[in-house]
Amino acid sequence: MNILELKDVSMTYGTVKALQHIDLTVGQGEWLAIMGPSGSGKTTMMNIVGCMDKASDGSVVLDGQELSKLPPRGLTAIRRDKIGLIFQQFHLVPYLTALENVVIAQYYHSMPDEDEALEALRSVGLGERARHLPSQLSGGEQQRVCIARALINCPKLILADEPTGNLDEANEKLVLEILHRLHGSGSTIIVVTHSPDVGSHADRVIVLEHGKIARTTTGALLHKSA
Amino acid sequence: MKKRLVFANMILRSLTRRRSRMLAALMAIAIGSTVLSGMLTIYLDIPRQLGREFRSYGANLVLVPAGESGIMSMDDVEEAAEYLPPDKLVGVTPYRYESLGINRQPCTTAGVRFAQVAKTSPYWRVDGSWPERSNEIMIGSDIARFTGITPGTQARISGHTRDMKPFAVDMTVSGVVGTGGAEESVVFVELSTLEAMMGAGGQVNLVEISVEGSQRELEEMAGEIGANVPGVAPRLVKRIAGSEATVLGKLRSLVFLVTAVVMGLILICVATTMMTVVMERRREIGLKKAIGAESSAIIGEFIAEGAALGLAGGLAGAVSGFFFAQLISVNVFNRSVAFDYIAVPAALAAAVLVTVLACLPPVKKAADIEPAVVLRGE
Repeated sequence: MNILELKDVSMTYGTVKALQHIDLTVGQGEWLAIMGPSGSGKTTMMNIVGCMDKASDGSVVLDGQELSKLPPRGLTAIRRDKIGLIFQQFHLVPYLTALENVVIAQYYHSMPDEDEALEALRSVGLGERARHLPSQLSGGEQQRVCIARALINCPKLILADEPTGNLDEANEKLVLEILHRLHGSGSTIIVVTHSPDVGSHADRVIVLEHGKIARTTTGALLHKSA
Repeated sequence: MKKRLVFANMILRSLTRRRSRMLAALMAIAIGSTVLSGMLTIYLDIPRQLGREFRSYGANLVLVPAGESGIMSMDDVEEAAEYLPPDKLVGVTPYRYESLGINRQPCTTAGVRFAQVAKTSPYWRVDGSWPERSNEIMIGSDIARFTGITPGTQARISGHTRDMKPFAVDMTVSGVVGTGGAEESVVFVELSTLEAMMGAGGQVNLVEISVEGSQRELEEMAGEIGANVPGVAPRLVKRIAGSEATVLGKLRSLVFLVTAVVMGLILICVATTMMTVVMERRREIGLKKAIGAESSAIIGEFIAEGAALGLAGGLAGAVSGFFFAQLISVNVFNRSVAFDYIAVPAALAAAVLVTVLACLPPVKKAADIEPAVVLRGE
């Protein structure tokens, strides 16, 4: 069963064709990596799949819902209910503690539950750092808070934009281990990355060039070629 | 965990953990609110301050006989006085005029109650002292000059009683009165003493009343006396009551204008600060929208932050505004200002309202922020 289907999706900014006639399906529980050089359309695709932008043409269906017909409020609801976002820059609310950063995701979604939020932080190894502000956490810890926040509402799809882009090797390993654990438990993951190392953990890898899918491979093959 | 608790916590943390920016906004609101509260206190206290000020210019209401007789009974005067609010009544001075002589020179003599004259005519300049005993009198400065009588000397008051019996009484002149008006040609005797000399009492020719109140209130009092006490005809002293109303109106307009300007300045100052806050927090707003916050939730958060700032600044301003008003009152009116409880909630409400209003344009900008900016890292 597919959780995401893109049919003939194009995105144009003025005269710039950021995406051209993209056809893509992502199965339930699949780990997909989107790779490609800068300007290839990775971020545009991420924005469309993450309901933060609408495609100029084509159809995007997420968990059975056609996104192109939804108003902005509808897109916000999809983002809130079905997608867990992980960013390269971590993006935590600076004046809230790690725990409070996780709780606000629950707050906007449904009912806040501090115990549940604390458990999510424990699951990423941050139980002891829950009451710290982002400025008191290392980059790796901030990214793990970001992951805990993305997971707290049990999303259908985890969308990660360069999740290890700002991390050292040790923290990269930690984050990938968490993603593996999530994948193992049945979560669908889409990772946008420059790194072949990160891409090699995926079940499937698509490589974008000039807004088109240039090739498709598997993580294992990518690992071998690397 | 209740949603409201999380919301309150988020607002509190936003205000307390971003102190430097919030302090700037808070100071702007508190200073504006101080001026606002101070001006409001002055605005509310102006009638009292001016009322007192104008009471020093003399009576603002007089009672004259209603008919052609030229006299009215003291019973009617006392009945009329019952229609005046005791807490606003400054003084009631009856005047009984007789044509008598002083040291054989003819003069107009007025029987008054000196204790009341000091209240209704505080502007009298007295050379010497006010009479304290029944055999003491005061004379106008023209009479003093004409007769050569000085304070502390004896003077003989002579005339005829109502039964046309002649009398002559030696009195002590305690003081000489200067007013620049007709009083300078009058001899003033305690009313009861004059009544004893004349062998008749209980009747007066004029009553001067000093009472606090606006022109409208005075007109109401006069109307009530006129309708209920047929023996007397109340008249407003227009030059006093009218001037008071004019000055009051102008001062209130000035204070209102200053208050409006101050509110406008707070509006601009807070709007500018909040606009800066929104610009600084674009990424945070984008992030919140990316993780599912509706625009209405973002608007609610910013409005709540604005209201909390307005409340804190308003509270500080309401308290310091009283001291600001005190400073103005002491320097302008030479009197302390009365604390008006209505000024506190009014200043608070105004501060919150103005702050929330000032937040609206930046909040609209915040609601329009696209979540994609977060992912793009812009």
